[in-house]
Amino acid sequence: MEQIKKDFPILNNDKIVYLDSGATTQKPTKVINEVKKFYENYNANPHRGAYTLSINATEIYENTRCKIANFINAKYKEEIIFSKNATESLNLIAYSYGMENLKKDDEIVISIMEHHSNLVPWQKVAKHTNSKLNYMYINENFEISDEEIKEKITDKTKIVAITHVSNVLGTVNNVEKIIKYAHKKGAIVVVDASQSIPHMKIDVQKQDADFLVFSGHKMLAPLGIGVLYGKKEILNKMNPFLMGGDMIEYVYEQKTTFAPLPNKFEAGTQNVEGVVGLGAAIDYIEEIGYDNIQKIEEEVVSYAIEELSKLDYLDLYLTPNKENHLGVISFNIKGVHPHDVASILDSKGVCVRSGNHCAQPLMRFLKIDSTCRASFYLYNTKEDVDKLVLALNEAYNMFKKYIK
Amino acid sequence: MLNKNLILNLILIRKDKVMEDLTDVYNELIMEHSMNSYNKKKLENADYSEQGHNPNCGDEITLELKLNGDIIEDMAFLGHGCAISQASTSIMIDTLKGKKISEAKEIIKTFIDMIKREETNEENLKKLEDAIAFRNVSNMPARVKCALLAWHTMEDILKKHK
Repeated sequence: MEQIKKDFPILNNDKIVYLDSGATTQKPTKVINEVKKFYENYNANPHRGAYTLSINATEIYENTRCKIANFINAKYKEEIIFSKNATESLNLIAYSYGMENLKKDDEIVISIMEHHSNLVPWQKVAKHTNSKLNYMYINENFEISDEEIKEKITDKTKIVAITHVSNVLGTVNNVEKIIKYAHKKGAIVVVDASQSIPHMKIDVQKQDADFLVFSGHKMLAPLGIGVLYGKKEILNKMNPFLMGGDMIEYVYEQKTTFAPLPNKFEAGTQNVEGVVGLGAAIDYIEEIGYDNIQKIEEEVVSYAIEELSKLDYLDLYLTPNKENHLGVISFNIKGVHPHDVASILDSKGVCVRSGNHCAQPLMRFLKIDSTCRASFYLYNTKEDVDKLVLALNEAYNMFKKYIK
Repeated sequence: MLNKNLILNLILIRKDKVMEDLTDVYNELIMEHSMNSYNKKKLENADYSEQGHNPNCGDEITLELKLNGDIIEDMAFLGHGCAISQASTSIMIDTLKGKKISEAKEIIKTFIDMIKREETNEENLKKLEDAIAFRNVSNMPARVKCALLAWHTMEDILKKHK
């Protein structure tokens, strides 16, 4: 496992314990080098030039689209749309599908564990279309029960938008079951795979989601590149989201006809270095293999749960059902604010996130302000967990005589 | 190009410095004020009650103020948040209670300038009394907002008071 750490320069330059991969992952040398190689050898604006360099850039850009289609087993490459991140992908769906298809009294169903990016856009759609925004809540195991799914998804439901894995709780939602039930009720389903695709194989045909989104930077790729997958027949019927260059067919003084998929949804010059980096990240993940990634993570995360459970002064927010948990562990030192804990951990070189993790409604539902969150990825080791525990003990010792 | 050892040393120095600032900030005075403050209560007949919050952290305070002419007669607060935000509120109350509004404004400005590293003159900092304990927060950028919350909220109250 130390071998994997060697692939990540930042983890070697500074002896940090990086436990914030749920926010963004570190980048392997392979990704950094491919981006550099692109600028040194191939940089030009794709789809624009008739000269070789631009043709090469176009080829690299479009080949990566194919690579991503294969990676998530999409039927057609034009079902892959590049965006800035999962947030932009979700906004595209909210504006180009939600705003135009929902009517008064229709229902949108999301879960209480959604990140603000899969929540605030739906509030806007609901307000604009006079539809209703309903929530699936979680049970005492921090999971959505089958009963809750059946109660909230009704004949009036037109859109179900659900995260595959919670960025706060690490709960893995049974999206296949939700999709099946929602389709039976005539709703389309949007899956936010931002926290799942770094860790597990996604097969969009098997899953049967109508839309699936993710950010590259949470899966070893550069910041600022995201993906929207959508079923071709739905994307074809949708209007463009952003207007501008390269998304058009003919432009007249007063009207425009639009390009076919996928260009229809890719206005303006795209983040080609991000696309190149995402392609390299996929290559890296496939070289290591999801089997190995899961093996490493299971070992480290199980160990972390085991060790953190021994600390009586901690509250842990995670399901006891291991098979429904992945990647992130939220916790609090009882009576101590997470920001204080995170500052003390930082002084020991341990990077954890503290705050509401862009999930304020979930925090309010759990009746807490915020949590500390340790999130893991393939480069983390049991030694990282030991360092986290040591630093936590130190933080607790600093506070314990003052805790009421 | 900087050599690698030098970079590593710089990182280590930075870490030591962080630890030093930290133990300095999380000291007895700040811990007591944050966890068991006698200023944390409801103030009867308050003239002003103002809420302050840092949405990203979830720090929330309600600051209450009672005036007697241009003297700050009494203050109290309610709320929740990190040790730095809560202690800073409580210690600010100790510092400002009994002061004239004009003096309070000057103390607030000095505190904010201290945290922004714009005021380092020892003589000027003396007027902060116990609040000088937050001096090293100026080296912890992630926590500056926490230390300033109460002081900005107090500034808002005094702006309203004409």
